[in-house]
Amino acid sequence: MTPLMLDIRKLRKSFGDLVAVNDVSFTVAAGELVGLLGPNGAGKTTTVSMITGLIRPDSGAVLVEGAPLGGDTDPKKHRIGLVPQDLALYDELSAYANLRFFGALYNLTGKALDDAINAALTLVGLADRGRDAVRTFSGGMKRRLNLAAGLLHNPDILLLDEPTVGVDPQSRNAIFDNLEELKARGKALLYTTHYMEEAERLADRIVVIDHGRVVADDTLSGMRRLAPAGVAGAHVSLEAVFLSLTGRSLRD
Amino acid sequence: MALTQILAMVRKDLQVYYSDRRSVIMSFVAPIAIASFLGAVTGGRGAPAEPAKIPIAVVDQDGSTVTKAIVSAVQADKSLQVTTPTAEGAREAVKRGDVTVAVIIPAGFGQASGLAFFGGGAKPDVSVLYDPSHRAEMGLVRGLMTQHVMEAVSREMFGGGSGRQLVDQTLQNLDQNRMPDGQRAMLRELLTSAQKFYTQTPETETADRPRGISLPYALIEEAVTSGNDVPYNGYAHSFAGMGIQFLLFAMIDMGVGILLERQRGLWKRLRSAPISRTSLLVGKALSSSVIALAVLLAAFLFAGIVFGVRVQGSLVGFLAVSAGCALMAATFGLLIASIGKTPGGSRGVASLAVLLMVMLGGAWMPTFIFPAWLQRVTVVVPTRWAVDGLDAMTWRGLGIGAAVMPTLALIGFAVLFGSLALARFRWEEA
Repeated sequence: MTPLMLDIRKLRKSFGDLVAVNDVSFTVAAGELVGLLGPNGAGKTTTVSMITGLIRPDSGAVLVEGAPLGGDTDPKKHRIGLVPQDLALYDELSAYANLRFFGALYNLTGKALDDAINAALTLVGLADRGRDAVRTFSGGMKRRLNLAAGLLHNPDILLLDEPTVGVDPQSRNAIFDNLEELKARGKALLYTTHYMEEAERLADRIVVIDHGRVVADDTLSGMRRLAPAGVAGAHVSLEAVFLSLTGRSLRD
Repeated sequence: MALTQILAMVRKDLQVYYSDRRSVIMSFVAPIAIASFLGAVTGGRGAPAEPAKIPIAVVDQDGSTVTKAIVSAVQADKSLQVTTPTAEGAREAVKRGDVTVAVIIPAGFGQASGLAFFGGGAKPDVSVLYDPSHRAEMGLVRGLMTQHVMEAVSREMFGGGSGRQLVDQTLQNLDQNRMPDGQRAMLRELLTSAQKFYTQTPETETADRPRGISLPYALIEEAVTSGNDVPYNGYAHSFAGMGIQFLLFAMIDMGVGILLERQRGLWKRLRSAPISRTSLLVGKALSSSVIALAVLLAAFLFAGIVFGVRVQGSLVGFLAVSAGCALMAATFGLLIASIGKTPGGSRGVASLAVLLMVMLGGAWMPTFIFPAWLQRVTVVVPTRWAVDGLDAMTWRGLGIGAAVMPTLALIGFAVLFGSLALARFRWEEA
């Protein structure tokens, strides 16, 4: 049986009167990519923030391989890698210097750090640009470096918050290849996106959140069965299912 | 606390800081340039060879022996630069700002001042036109004029020809004077004695006359610095002030940098790593302190090489005060990051706070010119302790004891700023 790497149990978070996340539960297994979908403001980023310890949940628990994630310095945080939606990089520094810093935050030093940096740069196809300042990179290269920074400490769980925003098809495909490679290595991937075709291509399972609640959690084929009567079938798009689950009203 | 993580943060912050050429120039070059200018205009290196003179105009509409003596004395005064235009020219010169004060001595002054000197006549009017933006110089000129007029008039009264005439004239008119009888009798006795003195003493040339009334003392001036042969170096104070000002500006950059890190999502990456909040803040404070200390020491190194500024007091004390400054400034940067919302807004408010602190701390102008109440109030401003501490260790040449209070005060401010930053820091990242 595939080991369960990430187990989210009844997470709840409110900001004043606004309940951003309400009773959210789902799991991610090793070698599995779970797509986390939802309209703007549905609670996706808040959920990811609670998983990485950026926000303390009001209630509920985040279990990493069965053990609850503790405070800021919990060693289990070593097993989680975050690829934030923002290009969280120091433009002034070289790619190598960026990764050197982010690796050191996970206590990587010396040869282990150098090896990790070289491996991450090679994976995302930036091995020959390591010494260049990030400000000289294209948007796609920055996105790939953003991914590499989350992989340095070889985490078992990778949280990707819209990692392909604003990149060209070539870079997007390169990132997809990287993710499939990581999945093949047994990593557990939680992938937040607005692009339905990305979820269709990559996700083994899809969790849809709306108004802070999980409204669907199934495989792609299972999701298609949730489509309204008359449009369900093997060729129904995920977008049609998504809209049927979350409605067509604008959220921004 | 994890040393590897903290050192990584320090290294990264230093790399980021030194990669920004604008920040480096602002932090290192600007204070040196401004402090060099301020040092030059506030005494420079050693005592100035010739003190700055106050430009004044003197208009002698009388042309008497007395007024000529006054003009000569004023022209010889080392504190004054004297021109002698017409009354209209003098007014125009004050209006243009060419002279600070114009003194117009009216016709008949010599005669009238002599009569008034013995209390019997009406005092003549002397017009003084002055530039209102130079009130301080006005006070100095008034004092100097009083001295020279009193000397010239009394000298003439007690030895000059007009003095002899005036004594005779005053004696003749004494019965018309409305002073009390007793006083009139004493004045008559005095003037009679003077008349007798004149009769028995031949009239002398001006230069040979007795001085009349003069200051009954001679001033021996000595600038008290670190030693008998060590002149005051104005650059020591200006580099202390500007060094502190610009290290605080550098810390604004650091504080705003944290806000930018938050804005760019970098803080999410930091917070998602297994690193404690204390380590994060200590790492930031440490890197900021290193930069602040570098700014201050670089300024003093330049001042030492180019302008001969020396740590005349305790080197350990100087380093302790400098480290206290750096720590205080670093925690000030953290405070900016903790209470600021947007980078732009925070930079504006923080810049205003820094300018107020350095102004009240005596970095621009010495605190002794402040009103007494303000001098007492400024002890709550950290820059006051920083400037006083650095002054004490440089040109005042005091021992390590004089560094203790400033250092402790600066550390106290660092604890205060750091505690406020810790309490107000937004740790959650949505």
